Amino acid sequence: MSQTINVALIGNPNTGKTSIFNQLTGLKQKVGNYPGITVEKKEGICKLSRNLKAHILDLPGTYSLNTTSLDESVVVELLLNRNNKDFPDVAVVITDVENLKRNLLLFTQIKDLKIPTLLAINMADRMQRKGIELNIPLLEEKLNTRIALISTRKGTGIDQLKELIEDYKSLSSESNVDIGRIEPKYFESLKKAFPNEDLYKLWLVITQDVNFTAVDKKEIESKSSFATKSKTDLKRLQHKETILRYQFINNVLKETYTVDLEAATGFRARLDKILTHRVWGYLIFFFILLVIFQAIYDWSQYPMDFIDEQFAAASEWLKSTLPPGVFTNLLAEGILAGIGGIVIFIPQIAFLFFFIALLEESGYMSRVVFLMDRLMRPFGLSGKSVVPLISGTACAIPAVMATRNIESWKERLITILVTPFTTCSARLPVYLIIIALVIPDGRFLGLSYQALTLMTLYLLGFAAALLAAKVLHKILKIKSRSFFVIEMPSYKLPLPKNVAYTVIEKTKSFVYGAGKIILAISIVLWFLGSNGSSYEFQNAESIVKERIQKEGLSPYSQNYIAAKLDEYRDLKRVSVIPQSNAVSISALQDSLRQQTVALEESAEQQEIASYRLEHSYIGHIGKSIEPLVRPLGYDWKIGIAVLTSFAAREVFVGTLATIYSVGSDEENTIKQRMALEVHPSGKKPLFNLASGISLLLFYAFAMQCMSTLAIVKRETNSWKWPLAQLGFMSVFAYLVALIAYQFIK
Amino acid sequence: MGTVADMKKGEKGIIKEFSEELLPVKLMELGCLPGNEIEMIQVAPLKDPIYINVNGSHIAIRRSVAEQIAIDLQQASQL
Repeated sequence: MSQTINVALIGNPNTGKTSIFNQLTGLKQKVGNYPGITVEKKEGICKLSRNLKAHILDLPGTYSLNTTSLDESVVVELLLNRNNKDFPDVAVVITDVENLKRNLLLFTQIKDLKIPTLLAINMADRMQRKGIELNIPLLEEKLNTRIALISTRKGTGIDQLKELIEDYKSLSSESNVDIGRIEPKYFESLKKAFPNEDLYKLWLVITQDVNFTAVDKKEIESKSSFATKSKTDLKRLQHKETILRYQFINNVLKETYTVDLEAATGFRARLDKILTHRVWGYLIFFFILLVIFQAIYDWSQYPMDFIDEQFAAASEWLKSTLPPGVFTNLLAEGILAGIGGIVIFIPQIAFLFFFIALLEESGYMSRVVFLMDRLMRPFGLSGKSVVPLISGTACAIPAVMATRNIESWKERLITILVTPFTTCSARLPVYLIIIALVIPDGRFLGLSYQALTLMTLYLLGFAAALLAAKVLHKILKIKSRSFFVIEMPSYKLPLPKNVAYTVIEKTKSFVYGAGKIILAISIVLWFLGSNGSSYEFQNAESIVKERIQKEGLSPYSQNYIAAKLDEYRDLKRVSVIPQSNAVSISALQDSLRQQTVALEESAEQQEIASYRLEHSYIGHIGKSIEPLVRPLGYDWKIGIAVLTSFAAREVFVGTLATIYSVGSDEENTIKQRMALEVHPSGKKPLFNLASGISLLLFYAFAMQCMSTLAIVKRETNSWKWPLAQLGFMSVFAYLVALIAYQFIK
Repeated sequence: MGTVADMKKGEKGIIKEFSEELLPVKLMELGCLPGNEIEMIQVAPLKDPIYINVNGSHIAIRRSVAEQIAIDLQQASQL
């Protein structure tokens, strides 16, 4: 029978820990969250020998066991709790050969917990270039451990690491440093009070804000023979502890580690000079942003169109193959369309995370934070919020997912909450059609009013995001222990494998994490839009047909058909005349008659669809909220469109097309039809300057996107934040639209 | 007496002392300890944050923290 042991990978950020994890586990990995918090939990299986498997846990990157963030607390809590099912049989501390000294600080701490500990020294390929020499056997002896020298880039040393893990029973679990030396009297009294507990563990329980079930903080305080230490005293002792550890490490490295400074190239220095330059640095950053933006905005259009077409085709195919009925409709229009609505986001997510992985892996992201920190600080955001905010301009979903890189929970939450204010690409169809309807042609300083309006809307989005961030920064009372220290790692070429893993993992986490919610809501919306209990809904077809019999098609449809026929006639004339006189007049008239019938039939179908929607459940809801939307200058039809576009903003245009029974998806046709709509109270058009501006502002600020809500739910791990976001954005949008309409009217 | 915040780009200094209460433990763990050398690599616009190399750790810190670290400035090597 095969046995499984627990292995924990622990290490500073930027040591290539994840690369080692990827090489150990391959695709046999699972990414989830730690229970109750949104710290990523990565685990996987690695086969060591025929009957020994390792369950490998990639712990969040940490500089030490003195925690300053939620991520680090996860590490300490696991290592202190022997009853945890993930408690490691062996700990592998991963270090980077260039920063060995600093990385060993964490190693000595782990070693002091008396867990069998291995040392993996990564990035061995850089040793020669940096002029570093290591005496591994002596280092093993001094640190009382075994060492694997690894290069994930070259793929060397992983087998050795596996062998060492397999041989974990021979590892020493002795500590390196005697923590008692920092204040002998205090630690002696601790030892007396808890003879069975390890001193360093007690010390961690005293100094850290972590849950430790075996002994709790109060118990230590009550059993100590003298007064509890003040915060200042504790900090002084932590300072002494750090110095003690560094003394030990310096002594060890003095004999085992040499670096030839002459050999160290100044690649980092030269690149930093440009990339963090006060002019070039920003120019390069904005150029990179431009490329990212172009990718998610423009390049992903092709795969998105393809997905759209495939799902539409599949839906058609289902409807034509399956027997017509409720079930087929549910499958083809509810479920399949819902899944299509999830899959459509994958290209954008993949593109964004492709670039983010490149920026992170190369070490450039830290430089961005350095450049942007001061500018974002007044708004309670950090330099890391910049990338999510900018990519929100394409789509808020990948943008919200990108906030995982922000360590401080408060800054991350604020970024998540304000990102949907930035003008995403789904707002564009709504903006374009309304701007074309209500903003007059004409120019101001050579710029058209319409273009200026669009630009203003983009700027408004950013302004709202920053303003909201500032307000949230003031009102959110979240204890954020994180302070600003950012490591500037050395530049590295990104490993394609790591980039690929990031893209796959993020896509999976969206599809499985947010997909369920999106699918559920879209099925509900579909149901409400295509079902109804009223007499009118049930008998829509006969009612509309009867009306058409009596009164004929609606004036709009009649005009539309007449125009189409004229067009058709012109077309025929052009194509017929130059050829020959073979086509007789009667043939032409025949084809015209056929054309008329086809047009009338489709007009009839459209009027039935419109009537159905009007009397469906969602139609009723739309009508019942009319009193609410009338002060904004809308009628019940716009109300319905606002409701349905909760699925996705661009649905607004499609819904209006259905309500106004415009068959064509063509923007111009819909626009012409919208222009004909008359306001219920008066003689002016429904889409006038006041109601148009009001609609634009409503869409600029409202949280009209269920997919974003679903991803926010996933990223914040509770319904509280997405609902709060929905609440404040909707109220804000309503108020702004109300004021705008009443003011311009 | 100078602090890290007063250093100019390219200057080096030795950390003299700092207030244990105000300086985060994390910074000490990254190598910011008395006696260690500190080099100013880059200053962001508006003079904040600053990018330093201390004891081999390349890190960026905010100006308010840098002001807490007293240093002995070393003569910039004329090279």
